[in-house]
Amino acid sequence: MFVVNYRKYFYALSIILVVASIVSVSVWGLKTGIDFKGGSIIEVEYIGVRPDQPTLSSALSPLGFDASVRATGDKGYIIRMKDINQEQKNTLTATLSTFGTSTEKRFDSVGPLLGTEALRKALVSIILVILAIVFFIAFAFRKVSHPISSWKYGVVAIVALVHDVIIPTGVFSVLGHYAGYEVDTLFVTALLVVLGFSVHDTIVVFDRVRENLGHAKANKPFSDIVGESISQTFTRSINTSMTTILALVVLYFVGGESTQHFSLALIIGIVAGTYSSVFLGSPLLVTIWKWQEKRNEAKRGRK
Amino acid sequence: MLKTRIIAVFLLIIAFVIGFLTYYSSARPDSSIGKPFKLGLDLNGGTHLVYKADTSKLSSDEVSVSMQALRDVIERRVNAFGVGEPIVQVEQGGILGSKEAQHKLIVELPGVTDIEEAVSMIGQTPVLEFQTIDKKESDAVSAKNLTDEEKQAEINKLFKPTGITGRMLQKAVLEFNPTTGEPTVSLNFNSEGKALFAKVTKENVGNIVGIFLDGSPISLPTVREEIKDGKAVISGAFKLDEAKKLVRDLNYGALPVPIELLSTQTVGASLGQSALKGGINAGILALIVIGIFLIIWYRLPGFIAVVSLAIYTTLMLTLFKLIPVTLTAAGIAAFILSIGMAVDANILIFERMKEELRRGKGISEAMHEGFARAWLSIRDSNTSSIITGLILYFFGSTSVVTGFALVFLVGVIVSMFTAITASRIFLYVVAPKTTNKLSTFLISNGFTKTIISQSLTK
Repeated sequence: MFVVNYRKYFYALSIILVVASIVSVSVWGLKTGIDFKGGSIIEVEYIGVRPDQPTLSSALSPLGFDASVRATGDKGYIIRMKDINQEQKNTLTATLSTFGTSTEKRFDSVGPLLGTEALRKALVSIILVILAIVFFIAFAFRKVSHPISSWKYGVVAIVALVHDVIIPTGVFSVLGHYAGYEVDTLFVTALLVVLGFSVHDTIVVFDRVRENLGHAKANKPFSDIVGESISQTFTRSINTSMTTILALVVLYFVGGESTQHFSLALIIGIVAGTYSSVFLGSPLLVTIWKWQEKRNEAKRGRK
Repeated sequence: MLKTRIIAVFLLIIAFVIGFLTYYSSARPDSSIGKPFKLGLDLNGGTHLVYKADTSKLSSDEVSVSMQALRDVIERRVNAFGVGEPIVQVEQGGILGSKEAQHKLIVELPGVTDIEEAVSMIGQTPVLEFQTIDKKESDAVSAKNLTDEEKQAEINKLFKPTGITGRMLQKAVLEFNPTTGEPTVSLNFNSEGKALFAKVTKENVGNIVGIFLDGSPISLPTVREEIKDGKAVISGAFKLDEAKKLVRDLNYGALPVPIELLSTQTVGASLGQSALKGGINAGILALIVIGIFLIIWYRLPGFIAVVSLAIYTTLMLTLFKLIPVTLTAAGIAAFILSIGMAVDANILIFERMKEELRRGKGISEAMHEGFARAWLSIRDSNTSSIITGLILYFFGSTSVVTGFALVFLVGVIVSMFTAITASRIFLYVVAPKTTNKLSTFLISNGFTKTIISQSLTK
């Protein structure tokens, strides 16, 4: 019953984090990767000693590519710039090689057209996932209508889900501002997985509520049933998230650079998701139920 | 009980055999079942190019034919480059695509890291050439004791250019032989070509004048007589499709659809190697860490979960080969994530089982109840994951996203299967029959000791 009784404190923590995330995104925004806004990125590694960053930056600035230089590893640089063509790339390579022999490890170039398309597809996927899940929950809980109707489970799941997506986005906005973390297609994929995971988690608790409602005594308050369901599924929620997070932490440290930001986004999202399914989603069912009760009482009072 | 045991042993044997075959086919790629994992460009190194095809000048019924022709032309050029397993595919924007780039051409060149070279190779105009070969020389090669392919390769080397190229071809037309009804391809040269063609055919009566597109022979007719009117007919045992294709190739010496480069991506081989190594290490380590956690916390059932997780991993790796799934860094990440999620079904079942034990049920009964009750949660929660996976797969904007989604989707489905079959059967088999200190310890988990009711245990 602990969670249900102290739900206001748990709501407060969620609200603080969500508000902080929204503020961060609206103040600092998100740094979009080249796959969304178009542009080029090159990763080079110098065989010998690499030039220091200001030297390289100032050497590149006359080229007019809006290049931003970031060090990677011991000998490498990642350079981001606007979308450049083959000729411009040759100039770039020539400039880079004036500082010593270097090997090109990676070069990506995305035209603005493809970037807009990727962004649109990403947004549409997110909206589709959310819609599909509301319908699914409304369907899965169609037999549950008392004391609160099945679509309200769907709405609560969406609240939890939005919470779980906003928090990693906020964290990446902060990281983008201070450490240059970018939001790219892989980040959106991470958000979509968080969506799936969040619902997965929330459904397990709801499922228990559904089951307990089935054989509860008629006079047992709904808040007790929800509280019981939360404690019954508590260990499972924590342990499942634990194993998934263990896997992701390993991926973060061992999996190599290309999936590092991706696993970080997932870790944040899944922690938020576990929190929301235990401390936010199910208690919200109780809050909705209390509102209903109050309204009903008011109605009765008027009569 | 005996039946369950037999099934359990059978499952283990099957899993072991599948695992061994998969391992063997990787370890011995040249054996009869040898088949290495397919690695994406980000792990193998290579170049990924996306072109926009400008179909605005084509009528709508021509579009798909022209795109097909474009694909064929580019594929031939790429093949001529000698790239191992290139991929050339046409992609339609669909409902979410932008109007400006509705038709795209995607070219993947594993192992090619020089974009400049790759781009120029694809962008070049194809070369249609007429080359001759001396009949005696080709006969000499044919007489050699070689396979047909080797002979062909040697003959191709002996061809000499005639100076006649596609530039001199006015038009190629599909015709039908009036007597036999066979399709033939007739060629019309312009005045320059006419003169040269007359000269070449005069000198080469009895020899072959081969027609080459991008260096590979598309037709090898034998000259019967001098041809003065600048018209030639390629006849032979053509099928109608082949004749049509040849006419198309000849007429569209240039690309049938103009293309424009939208995006390029190159990954150096060393970066790919390190990403692959990182992914594999992460996968192995994740399995070990999760395994330790499960055994410490859930003890005997935890051990069962580890066994079924091993079966899950084996099945997944086998499916990667059979489907086949092109593994990318994102795909490996999806696999590792799915390991975490695969455990979920087991945990749901164990927690449920523990509750039933607390209610005073015997071990065997608690296990059956645990499975039955956990099933609804497993079904509903995995369904939502499958929905997410499907949407990602079909609406994913890049190959990174679809690569992730495919592995994720397969992972969720396979993990559901292993949890409700393998985990269940093994657990039934190893369940302690008697209640004593040891069985209590084995079945308990975490910090709480689960008391097994004495009276109900059979």
